[in-house]
Amino acid sequence: MGASGTAEPKTTYREAMREAIREALRSDDRVFLMGEDVGRYGGCFGVSFGLLEEFGPERVRDTPLSESAFVGAGIGAALAGMRPIVEIMTVNFSLLALDQILNNAATLLHMSGGQLPVPIVIRMTTGAGRQLAAQHSHSLEGWYAHIPGIRVLAPATIEDARHMLAPALADPDPVLIFEHGSLYGLAGELRPPTRPVDLDHAAIRRPGTDISLITYGGSLPKALAAADELAAEGVDAEVIDLRTLRPLDDAAVAASVARTHRAVLVDEAWRTGSLAAEVSARIAERSFYELDAPVERVCSAEVPIPYARRLEEAALPQSADIVAAAHRAVD
Amino acid sequence: MSLARPARTRQATAAPKPAQKSARSSRAPRAVPPAGRPAARHRADLLEAMLRIRRFEERCVELYSAAKIRGFVHLYIGEEAVAVGVNEVLTPEDAVVSTYREHGHALARGITAEAVMAEMYGKTTGCSGGRGGSMHLFDASRRFYGGSAIVAGGLPLAAGLALAGRMRGQNHVTCCFFGDGAFAEGEFHETANLAALWNLPLLLACENNLYAMGTALAREHAQADLAMRAASYGMPAWAVDGMDAEAVEQAARRAVEGIRAGTGPHFLELRTYRFRAHSMYDPDRYRDKAEVEQWKARDPINRLTDRMREDGQPVDEELEQIERRITEEIDHAVEAAEKAPEEPAENLLRHVTSARQGG
Ligand SMILES: Cc1ncc(C[n+]2csc(CCOP(=O)(O)OP(=O)(O)O)c2C)c(N)n1
Ligand SMILES: [Mg+2]
Repeated sequence: MGASGTAEPKTTYREAMREAIREALRSDDRVFLMGEDVGRYGGCFGVSFGLLEEFGPERVRDTPLSESAFVGAGIGAALAGMRPIVEIMTVNFSLLALDQILNNAATLLHMSGGQLPVPIVIRMTTGAGRQLAAQHSHSLEGWYAHIPGIRVLAPATIEDARHMLAPALADPDPVLIFEHGSLYGLAGELRPPTRPVDLDHAAIRRPGTDISLITYGGSLPKALAAADELAAEGVDAEVIDLRTLRPLDDAAVAASVARTHRAVLVDEAWRTGSLAAEVSARIAERSFYELDAPVERVCSAEVPIPYARRLEEAALPQSADIVAAAHRAVD
Repeated sequence: MSLARPARTRQATAAPKPAQKSARSSRAPRAVPPAGRPAARHRADLLEAMLRIRRFEERCVELYSAAKIRGFVHLYIGEEAVAVGVNEVLTPEDAVVSTYREHGHALARGITAEAVMAEMYGKTTGCSGGRGGSMHLFDASRRFYGGSAIVAGGLPLAAGLALAGRMRGQNHVTCCFFGDGAFAEGEFHETANLAALWNLPLLLACENNLYAMGTALAREHAQADLAMRAASYGMPAWAVDGMDAEAVEQAARRAVEGIRAGTGPHFLELRTYRFRAHSMYDPDRYRDKAEVEQWKARDPINRLTDRMREDGQPVDEELEQIERRITEEIDHAVEAAEKAPEEPAENLLRHVTSARQGG
């Protein structure tokens, strides 16, 4: 992404996300950011660096370690007219707040007979790849995508990091944003969007005719690398970035499969009960007669992510695994 | 006497608890200083245990820079007196639950530098088979229930270990280390209540190093007197100078004696400081350098050697020998970790469930 060798200013995914938060804080005084170390420290991944100085401690609010309390407080603030952006350091720690997210944020609108919408945005890091072992490496966004009542986003590009937040804040319902830890350093030229960024559609990141590589989040760069490799071998792969994990863009998936007749799903979560399983089921439901080969899935091995580098690499989907799966489908 | 400040002792206001029933053995806790070990020897042992942790972690820093060790590494440097002082009063049958800042707890508990280093290298000979790394050291044989990297995640577990010991008629203590940040989590408060309610043999060892990552104590707690708040659950709770190994040992001994006598959970607020950043990723921009220097002036290792010197102990010879032993030990640990085999990828799915391989 972004041409090299030219003097174009580069933006990182991290900076793009920060700019999105800054814009939200500037344009709507109901918006505030809260979470552990978002203020003084600048965010555990540096996303909110400098925002405390710009917006002050009321609106860039450090919280104690108490995920359930501050996520729940965000839900309450949303009920009472604010537009909180709550940052949870990683999805692994969000489990302490799962009760608030599921039993309050996702259900209040329905349980109240439509009286209580919850316009909250909850951001968190997800994923593995830095040898952080089993309590810091899991990809649980698929669990959240299981829950009716919330929208789940997985920005995988600098553009989406920059432009998905505003429509998320405009959504009257809870929106969860999953930022894969390996993407923060991604750098490129940030172009203005050619059309408004929506939260409903998957994106074709690379058009192709022979096979669909369907993925999201931190696996997108791996799928694109695999597509390059496949191209060198004469296989023209299409890469679909789901972007929104709930609700899924069924039409985009079906249209791609109708073009290529083969699909490989790439998902860093465990295979059993994964989003990859869900998309696979939908392909079976909608596109069964389009398929020329069984759907392939490339997911993480069914193991708590281990620390040792070699084991971690073996546990995670790699480009080579995607290429191999594509060959199984095409050959 | 060296107990710097036994600080406030706030006993619970709740009704006195019935003494524990059905304890099969009531092992007498060690006297102060441990019977048969002369005071001078004992101090030298404390010193060696602290230095082992310090030098081990200094080596870890080098190895991290050399990319031999990866992942998150949280250094204990500055806090050694806490692990070493508390460990002195625990028996091998007692249980220990730790955090991600746990090299000190593990080494003090007797897990060898070799086993910990190999773990940091991700080798099969590591104390968790290379699967855990720095944040997840375990040793079931030493009842070291290891490193939890979910802040406060070890506390409920520790309550259960304590409960089981009591239900099985053993007079064992479970010691759980956790931070000032963890004190803000619901899991701490739920566990404190449960432990007090059930009169569990649990030592809550709160390492108050004044920061939870970049958040200073006063900005994470409306009432920063943690011992007082713990006491409100109905358990004895003291604040202790955590930069003084002997003071820590003495306070821990008193707490553990109480626990073994059946008076339920005790809380120690161990006031300490980490000299290094939160982790290798932390640029440490949130602390005043002068503050760090002030605390370094209270270095627990220097503190003890100074005291030994004042008392006329020949500390310099002692130090030389200790340093030599430790250097050898760590050199050997690194060498062994370098040579140790890596787990082959075919074994990835081992240890997921007990009965089957994988899934
Ligand atoms: C539930 C949870 N929330 C957040 C984190 C990220 N995190 C790791 S350590 C830490 C600070 C903990 O501070 P404290 O309990 O005082 O222990 P210390 O690191 O000072 O030893 C934070 C916020 C985590 N690991 N788990
Ligand atoms: Mg702390």
